[in-house]
Amino acid sequence: MEVNIQTEPGRVIARLRGEIDHHAAIRLREKLDRVIEGGEYSLLILDFSEISFMDSSGIGLVLGRYKLMKRLGGHLLVRGACSRILWMMQMAGLEKLQIFETERTKKHETDE
Amino acid sequence: MKPMNESRITFLSRSMNEGFARAVTAAFISQLDPAVDELADIRTAVSEAVTNCIVHAYPDRLGPVFLTLRLYENGKIQIRVRDRGCGIPDVSKAMEPLFTTGGEDRSGLGFSVMQSFTDRVRVLSRPGKGTTVTLEKYINRRRGEGTD
Ligand SMILES: Nc1ncnc2c1ncn2[C@@H]1O[C@H](COP(=O)(O)OP(=O)(O)OP(=O)(O)O)[C@@H](O)[C@H]1O
Ligand SMILES: [Mg+2]
Repeated sequence: MEVNIQTEPGRVIARLRGEIDHHAAIRLREKLDRVIEGGEYSLLILDFSEISFMDSSGIGLVLGRYKLMKRLGGHLLVRGACSRILWMMQMAGLEKLQIFETERTKKHETDE
Repeated sequence: MKPMNESRITFLSRSMNEGFARAVTAAFISQLDPAVDELADIRTAVSEAVTNCIVHAYPDRLGPVFLTLRLYENGKIQIRVRDRGCGIPDVSKAMEPLFTTGGEDRSGLGFSVMQSFTDRVRVLSRPGKGTTVTLEKYINRRRGEGTD
């Protein structure tokens, strides 16, 4: 598991790479939360394009970061998840949270 | 029916062994030539069962996890994951979607994922004694059809 964390004014973009299981999620959570809590960010983008495997620990990770961003008055977006991962996230009811990047949210971001 | 091949592996409940369990399982079942999706289903289900031993069965100590893999002529794969940990007081409750005793980092979806990615999930548990999860999946179904 590797993560490339890029910060811009107001937002954090984390590009995840490899396999997300419980072992990886613990380390990932620590890295992400350190960055998020160490600045003033209103948007966290988790990019799943390079993720080759995820189990329910990945859902817990996303839910936990969603709650953290809400607590900080911000929002979370999930980018590039393959159909398998999307399906698991939908199983968890995550589509209700409006965290999946769509053409509309994409446009909104670049307009800012 | 007797399995045509079998493998048993025991490892400690360290989180780094989640990847190990997926890798040995994938290597062992590769002799049945599973499709990419079938392999992904099985890797995910094994990961869920093994992670539960590491997270829940032995919450504050290390203990053994027993993984048994059995392959059958008809394309059935049976995977048994056993621990000697704390056990589950109410199995049917534990298997309900979103039920978790795990806190903010757990979503309570492990058993649901196992159920949707395999054909059968059985759970036997005795509080204080341990838990056995048996997963079964049939692979190569479509490719087998129509041949002799
Ligand atoms: N091997 C086990 N030993 C003891 N308790 C277990 C075991 N496996 C599962 N459980 C119990 O069953 C509950 C549900 O398990 P399940 O895998 O569905 O969800 P979870 O592990 O809590 O969350 P997730 O898998 O989504 O991270 C757990 O919270 C735990 O209480
Ligand atoms: Mg679980």
